[in-house]
Amino acid sequence: MIVEELESIWYIILKDLRAYYFKPPNISWGILFPLVLALAFTLRNPSGFAELSPGLIAMAALFGTTSMEAIVITFEKRVGALERLMLAPISLRTILMGKILSGAIFGLMIAGTMTLISIGFMGNQITSPALFIISLLLTVLTLSALGALVAVSVKEVFEAQTLSNYFRFPMIFLCGVFLPVEAMPMPLQVLAHVLPLTYSVDALRQTSMGSVHFRLLFDITALVLFLLTFLILATRLLKKSLE
Amino acid sequence: MQNAIEASSLTKYYNDLPAVDHISFNVEKEEIFGFLGPNGAGKTTTIRMLVGLTTPSEGTAIVNGYDIREKIVEVKRHVGVVPETSNLYDELTVWQNLLFMSRLYHVPKQERKTRIRSLLKTFELWDRRQFKFGRLSKGLKRRVTVAAALVHDSDIVFLDEPTTGLDVISARSLRGLLNELKKTGITVFLTTHYIEEADQLCDRIAIIVNGKIVKIATPESMKSVVNTQVVEASFDSPIKSAIAMGLEALGEVEVEGCMVRLFTKDVSSAIEALTILSKEHRLKIEYVNMTRPSLEDAFVKLTGVASDVMKAEKEGGGRQS
Repeated sequence: MIVEELESIWYIILKDLRAYYFKPPNISWGILFPLVLALAFTLRNPSGFAELSPGLIAMAALFGTTSMEAIVITFEKRVGALERLMLAPISLRTILMGKILSGAIFGLMIAGTMTLISIGFMGNQITSPALFIISLLLTVLTLSALGALVAVSVKEVFEAQTLSNYFRFPMIFLCGVFLPVEAMPMPLQVLAHVLPLTYSVDALRQTSMGSVHFRLLFDITALVLFLLTFLILATRLLKKSLE
Repeated sequence: MQNAIEASSLTKYYNDLPAVDHISFNVEKEEIFGFLGPNGAGKTTTIRMLVGLTTPSEGTAIVNGYDIREKIVEVKRHVGVVPETSNLYDELTVWQNLLFMSRLYHVPKQERKTRIRSLLKTFELWDRRQFKFGRLSKGLKRRVTVAAALVHDSDIVFLDEPTTGLDVISARSLRGLLNELKKTGITVFLTTHYIEEADQLCDRIAIIVNGKIVKIATPESMKSVVNTQVVEASFDSPIKSAIAMGLEALGEVEVEGCMVRLFTKDVSSAIEALTILSKEHRLKIEYVNMTRPSLEDAFVKLTGVASDVMKAEKEGGGRQS
């Protein structure tokens, strides 16, 4: 039974990558977006790029996962293709895990491009590669689950985009991408700590810039909890749509 | 023989209004069972409950031996569904779509290609296997969608308005395929608002109106509820309704252009009356025809839904995608 569910997840990933994510326009956007982002910040302040790069990698992951995934899921809902999956002998959780993983792979492609630009062209170092990869994987999975949650809660593609922007843009400013969380007023610091990107940025910063603190374990735990919460909520919402 | 479907008091409320209202019916194995009714009668909601796309508010059903409330994943393993809209993946080819479906339904790896190849040949899609689904015509999309519903060797196939929106040739071709399906021992549950389609295809029909089943019977016994003969006469010029009023003593009269249809138990008096009418009004009878009541006549009598309402829906449906 578990093997069947795992196989189904894999087939949904393959289908989504082939039908949606790995289309030439999406691949070129996936390369162009981090490239433009890196160039813009390098030209503005060449010496400050290293400091910003963990935040920019997290930001690339955020946009990479949520933007396309929201379109894919809401589009499939609209044309009835998601129902096609729901007719198959697999659980709703399996369907969502397939969707989340395919979105995460696309997000990883974009965040990975940003990381390669950061290392290859800007000369940055990844001080703890293994922990960095774990942090990045958890980041794309969590943010992809957030994208899935948004997508199953709305009906139209434009609603998904609008709703995504409600949390995407505040997260960029609150979660330490440009400005350290500690430098913000206390109410905003509290707000930052209920947003997953804060833990992603902190984990990526620790693993790519200097020494890893005990705090990393807290970041990773927080990301796992966010991931599970988003998955459970998205599954419940999808189940509710059957009532 | 165990039934393929046993629905008992199946009910679905939307905002406290019953879309399907305590319906009970059985579908025998290997039969084509039709759900006939106007739009909004509850046909699609019934299918959605039976295949696990929505949860019943009350009641339940046993599909292929499994309770839809308790073992819906098992139900899904054994049924194929052809929704009203062909909802496969536009960006994948016909072959890729069927392969994806076979994987999703856990068809053993060694059987997948053989089964897909056989379905593509049966449905005359082999030459188009590398075409993207999104580029196919509506009729071909429908065929691929039916093939996708069969790729896992399903015991029961649910078809929701399978010919809606298809041109005459595609619809006829699809009906032919459905007839062929029956020979393979598959149970077919079909919803339609095309009365002729239900008449041609179905072994038994359930008429559903406003969420309630009005009657379940074979098309022939359904027609017998109209215990009259139909005498049709066509004249050489249009008939005014007022002229035909004189025939009403013999039964119900329908006038449409040059055609008069008389529903009567007394056929000889009807023919006599038509002859007198033609002489009195100097009309020439082009032809006279006697028919048994159609399923449409029975439908109208049983449901009170006017046949022109169904016709309008049919025409509207024909324009749908």
